[in-house]
Amino acid sequence: MLSIKIPFKFLFIIVALSIISNIALASEMDGKKIAFDRKKGNCLACHAMDDGDMPGNIGPPLIVMKTRFPDRAILKAQIWDATIKNPISIMPPFGKHHILSDAEIEKLLDYLYTL
Amino acid sequence: MKNLLNILVIFTSLGCINIANATPEQDKETFQRFYMERFPDVSKEDFGNGVYALDQDARDQWESMSDFPPYEDDLEAGEELFNNPFKNGKNYANCFKNGGENIRQNYPKFDTERNSVITLELAINECRMKNGESALPYQKGDIAKISAYMASTSEGSLIEIKVPNDNALIAYEEGKQYFYSKRGQLNFSCANCHIQNVGRKARSETLSPALGHPTHFPVYRMAWQNFGTLHRRFASCNKQVRAQPLAGQSEDYRNLEYFLTYMSNGLPINGPASRK
Ligand code: HEC
Ligand code: HEC
Repeated sequence: MLSIKIPFKFLFIIVALSIISNIALASEMDGKKIAFDRKKGNCLACHAMDDGDMPGNIGPPLIVMKTRFPDRAILKAQIWDATIKNPISIMPPFGKHHILSDAEIEKLLDYLYTL
Repeated sequence: MKNLLNILVIFTSLGCINIANATPEQDKETFQRFYMERFPDVSKEDFGNGVYALDQDARDQWESMSDFPPYEDDLEAGEELFNNPFKNGKNYANCFKNGGENIRQNYPKFDTERNSVITLELAINECRMKNGESALPYQKGDIAKISAYMASTSEGSLIEIKVPNDNALIAYEEGKQYFYSKRGQLNFSCANCHIQNVGRKARSETLSPALGHPTHFPVYRMAWQNFGTLHRRFASCNKQVRAQPLAGQSEDYRNLEYFLTYMSNGLPINGPASRK
């Protein structure tokens, strides 16, 4: 009995894990798309990030985000309205000006934390 | 109020605090000094070559096509249009000082009777209408060809824009205000890109200095495959930041051109030019 139960449990965990990671992957993919798309975040216009082609150099490279932004709220604030922290920031206020929706910004944040 | 704040913020970051009530001449000095200090290796005239003054690779490519510039046919067409008589037998030469030759450097002008900035393209259309012809559309086509030909007769002449009285000063200040105000969903001023981030790259596009912007228009852009006037370029830059582009020759664009051209006083005319 036991010898049958374990593989089942095991299988279940594998299936569950793969579903979870697929979901995580999907949201990461969406986040990446949002970041790269010229009509969405277009972050590459200003930031080098990930494997993005021909990035601009107006803003700093987006790397090791977890270490540099342990607090998700602070990272979100930078994207929501960069002019709060730096009044002459050139970075578009993505949340405040409805360039991205709140849901899109959340996906973008998930993706940024993979960098 | 917010705009004024931006003006101060930007100007303060350029190291000049008192500029909000500076004279046009003082503005021009600060403006030109900023670029010359930022790019000490670029000569003053060379700023008229836009990004090619800053990016050697792009310049090499650009120069390799200067033996056969892509605008040659349109420039020739402009000369023909310029010389062709109107139905009443007169032509453009009759409307302008010096027969319309070598005058680009004096435009835009402030007309003290009409209290209004007169750009070269506006003057071309007014000349047509005075002679019973219909006005041409402003951003591209024949008007850009004619303007390109007229610019070519000013090759090397130094820009000399004047602010003759207080009303002219108001127009100038409005243009300046437009240049430093943030606009559009993406929230950019002209200065954010062409002063604050000059020489940096937005994706693969180097941002050109605003010093020298008006010296070489109309511009033949490979992306357009024809000539566009300065106001067409303003509209493209407005659209990039998702701001509502204005009509060619709208008062705001004329005032902007007035301010921007004053900032380039002393630079030689080198238009028309080609750009990516
Ligand atoms: C037009 C230029 C521009 C665009 C587009 C832009 N940024 Fe920025 N970004 C900047 C600049 C400049 C800074 C430097 C700090 C400041 O001025 O706000 C910055 C700073 C940041 C920072 C802080 C980095 C650090 O190391 O402190 C993050 C995070 C960031 N940007 C994320 C993004 C994301 C995500 C996007 C796209 C959704 C984006 N940016 C789009 C210009 C831009
Ligand atoms: C988001 C960035 C951005 C903003 C804001 C912006 N521009 Fe531009 N502009 C560009 C880019 C990119 C180009 C093409 C490369 C170059 O020549 O700088 C350009 C080109 C130009 C040119 C043509 C330069 C040449 O040599 O042919 C002019 C003139 C110009 N801009 C004026 C303006 C004015 C005036 C405003 C404000 C109404 C403005 N720009 C706002 C990015 C911007």
